[in-house]
Amino acid sequence: MPAAAIPPLDMEIPYTAEARPDTGVYNAKIGLWLFLASEVMLFGALFSSYILLRVGSPEWPQGLLSVPIGALNTFVLIGSSITVVMSWLALKGNDFGKFKLYMGSTILLALLFISIKSFEYHDKFTHYFVKLKDGTELTGHIEGRPFNWSLAKLKASANAPREIAFHPDAPKQGEPVPDSTHQTLRLPVEQIAKLESFGPWRNTYLAIYFTLSGLHALHVVGGIVVMLYHWGAGHRLWRKSREQFTNRVEVTGLYWHFVELVWIFLFPVMYIL
Amino acid sequence: MQTAATAGIHETAHHDHHELSFVRKYIFSTDHKVVGIQYGITALLFMFLGYGLMALMRWQLAYPGKPIPVFGDLLLKVLGPDMATGGIMSPDLYNSFGAMHGTIMIFLAVVPLAAGAFANYLVPLQIGAPDMAFPKLNMMSYWVYFVGGAIMLASFFIPGGAAKSGWTSYSPLATVADLARQIDGQTMWLLGMVFLITSSLLGSVNIITTIIQLRAPGMNWMRLPFFVWAQLVTAFLLLLAFPPLEAAGIMQLMDNLFGTSFFLPTGLVVGGQMLEVSGGGSPLLWQHLFWFLAHPEVYVLILPAMGIVAEIIANNTRKQIFGYKSLVYASMALGFISFLVWAHHMYLTGMGTKISTFFQTTTMIISIPSVIILTSLFLSLWGGSIRFNTPMLFALAFLPMFGIGGLTGLPLGFSATDIHLHDTYYVIGHFHYVVAPGTIFALFAGVYYWFPKITGRTMNEFWGKVHFVLSLIFMNLIFMPMFIQGLEGMHRRMYDGGAAYSAAPDLAHGLATAIKLNVGISHAAWLLGLAQVPFIINFFWSIRNGRKVESDNPWQATTLEWQTPTPPPHGNFTRPPVVHRGPYEYSLPGRPQDFTPQNQPD
Ligand code: HEM
Ligand SMILES: [Cu+2]
Repeated sequence: MPAAAIPPLDMEIPYTAEARPDTGVYNAKIGLWLFLASEVMLFGALFSSYILLRVGSPEWPQGLLSVPIGALNTFVLIGSSITVVMSWLALKGNDFGKFKLYMGSTILLALLFISIKSFEYHDKFTHYFVKLKDGTELTGHIEGRPFNWSLAKLKASANAPREIAFHPDAPKQGEPVPDSTHQTLRLPVEQIAKLESFGPWRNTYLAIYFTLSGLHALHVVGGIVVMLYHWGAGHRLWRKSREQFTNRVEVTGLYWHFVELVWIFLFPVMYIL
Repeated sequence: MQTAATAGIHETAHHDHHELSFVRKYIFSTDHKVVGIQYGITALLFMFLGYGLMALMRWQLAYPGKPIPVFGDLLLKVLGPDMATGGIMSPDLYNSFGAMHGTIMIFLAVVPLAAGAFANYLVPLQIGAPDMAFPKLNMMSYWVYFVGGAIMLASFFIPGGAAKSGWTSYSPLATVADLARQIDGQTMWLLGMVFLITSSLLGSVNIITTIIQLRAPGMNWMRLPFFVWAQLVTAFLLLLAFPPLEAAGIMQLMDNLFGTSFFLPTGLVVGGQMLEVSGGGSPLLWQHLFWFLAHPEVYVLILPAMGIVAEIIANNTRKQIFGYKSLVYASMALGFISFLVWAHHMYLTGMGTKISTFFQTTTMIISIPSVIILTSLFLSLWGGSIRFNTPMLFALAFLPMFGIGGLTGLPLGFSATDIHLHDTYYVIGHFHYVVAPGTIFALFAGVYYWFPKITGRTMNEFWGKVHFVLSLIFMNLIFMPMFIQGLEGMHRRMYDGGAAYSAAPDLAHGLATAIKLNVGISHAAWLLGLAQVPFIINFFWSIRNGRKVESDNPWQATTLEWQTPTPPPHGNFTRPPVVHRGPYEYSLPGRPQDFTPQNQPD
């Protein structure tokens, strides 16, 4: 065979943009589906752990989270997964300006989700459980709403207070109203046996709540980073290869739907059941 | 074909004007072959370290409480008097070394070698692809692995030392082993594992996508070399089994750092003190999640080895592999069922007899595909005119060694017999037969076999055979007596190698002799290390001085990796390969040669 007939070596990886005829997909799409399969196993393991821990526990705290806030966040995420599809459709219709608009809205909605979430987290770290040396157990808020105090931190702080002002929670429906409600209690620090916020250490429910929702939030943040990149630097790839950029946005959208799907499970499991 | 391939070398030499910088070419390279070699060398170094830890532990087992010769002083200097007073291995150090031996061998040596190095180097070549589907992710996968390894290494030097709770890291032990410290060895272990799991995720997504998408024209599924099939199943196992361990790792990290109680039961007493935690967790949950990974993981250890052995056997018997299709389906079955047997590691946890029975049944079912594979490989030898070169010797030895490992698994798989055998040296013997003279022999076979493709030179045959014979002898001298020790009831995690049994002579009937075997085992273990010296020297010497191969296909093999220039250039093939036939067309009557490469047209 004459040397001239040998085609030059083609180092391009095939099927990065166009679909392979016999499998019908481009590489990144398979890659992403595989990644999601592994994500399903990751969250699946955590949800299974939740079931096992809950089944094995004598009591399970209820009503620690606000359902309306959770529902609001659910709608925020659903909205964002609609806009992310719109942004892809915009690219399919060759309208880069519209893509920017929809991708931008997706990012804003995702940021809104994170803000609401951190507000909820903050709420937990300013909510306290107190056990007094006489055995009384109280839950409520400390005046000034300090963040994540513990007895050790309290005693070690520079001008350690002698007592704390404590606003106990309103009793749940059906429970007797103790006379301490609606009034501020002054609790001497030396009377306190245990003081902790409603962080993950408080009980198994909060442990799994923080772990699952925290991992989910990390996925949201990861999504925001990728989408910001598409939004900001995307025009370069768009000019080079429209097809490839559209594929990337499609794949990002798939990921984003998965993140939303996890929340759809998380919300009822953590807020309602 | 051959001449065209070599002509192609000159062609590319002309075209390849843009030289990559050294860093891009050898360090942060995206070329699957370089990544494969990086994986290979790093993993071999880790294997050496893993061996070293065990060699030191074997001193403590054979001569409990005596200062370690030569290395004792070194340990004292590097790790301090807490760990090695007077050159004697402390119990903590023993525990650290034991845990890290297992962790390093499995997660940092054998899997990265089998599923990182061999898969990276060979899969794209064997399917006729220019590279992996995602070359950048491939590079990341290596570097993330590297960071994970570095974290594991660093953990030896932090106060308190490396993780001490076994490679299985059972809770609550793993959480309470170093309660006084916030960042302890276990925390480092968990962080390291997160990196290793991420690396394996990147790697497995890449391998699967590459096999599905980048097969050359004509390379349909039943023309894939068995090695590729084995790697495909392996990648699926890594993809799906590791995430639950990651979940478990995150939860254990929460237990260790943030005081949660995922795996800590209510009323846990440590050192006479009730632990200040909320409780309500489940130690069994850790074991379930851990073994959900770790059982499929043992097939990650064995499947690539089977793939390597199949390639080498086909080439050196000059015959079609016996029952190629049943091999393929059996490995798929193996992959699938391996997700359903994990709790056979937990018969003695009190999880319940019904559950035990279920897992006992699935365990017996999974032996069927294993036996099919092993039988096919054995039958492949039938009627072949076997070439007994070094790679073939290792591949041949793999068969009975893996056979012993697998058969000794059966008594462990029955929940009744496991009562006696669980947590004894019998288990150690069982899994080492599968992994050490099994998988590691297959990996050696692979190194000797593909070395000429990677370097253009062959390794020395004589020293290869010396390496083989000595390794085979010492491997068996190490692990065979462990079955006896285990049957006598010797526990697998004893710091003094069982010397404590002598305090209760009538209780420990037969153990007295079993303990004496420790000395012989330890000597065999050290000699096994010595037996690797020919390999190490041969390996490095041959890179520059080995006999040059005369052709691109010195073993006269059929698969595509041999139909490239040597070593394959960036992009692998000088022209896009087209596949016309199955992977093992050897000795077909009426052909001019006794082998027909897959890309040869009719
Ligand atoms: C089909 C045959 C096999 C059967 C029936 C089997 C069964 C078992 C059982 C029941 C145990 C638990 C024993 C105990 O802790 O009491 C065990 C342990 C183990 N097996 Fe196997 N096995 C088989 C093949 C393999 C293979 C192919 C590998 C690896 C490549 C392997 C690696 C291991 C390891 C590493 C352990 C010990 C884990 C530990 O406790 O640290 N086994 N095997
Ligand atoms: Cu197993």
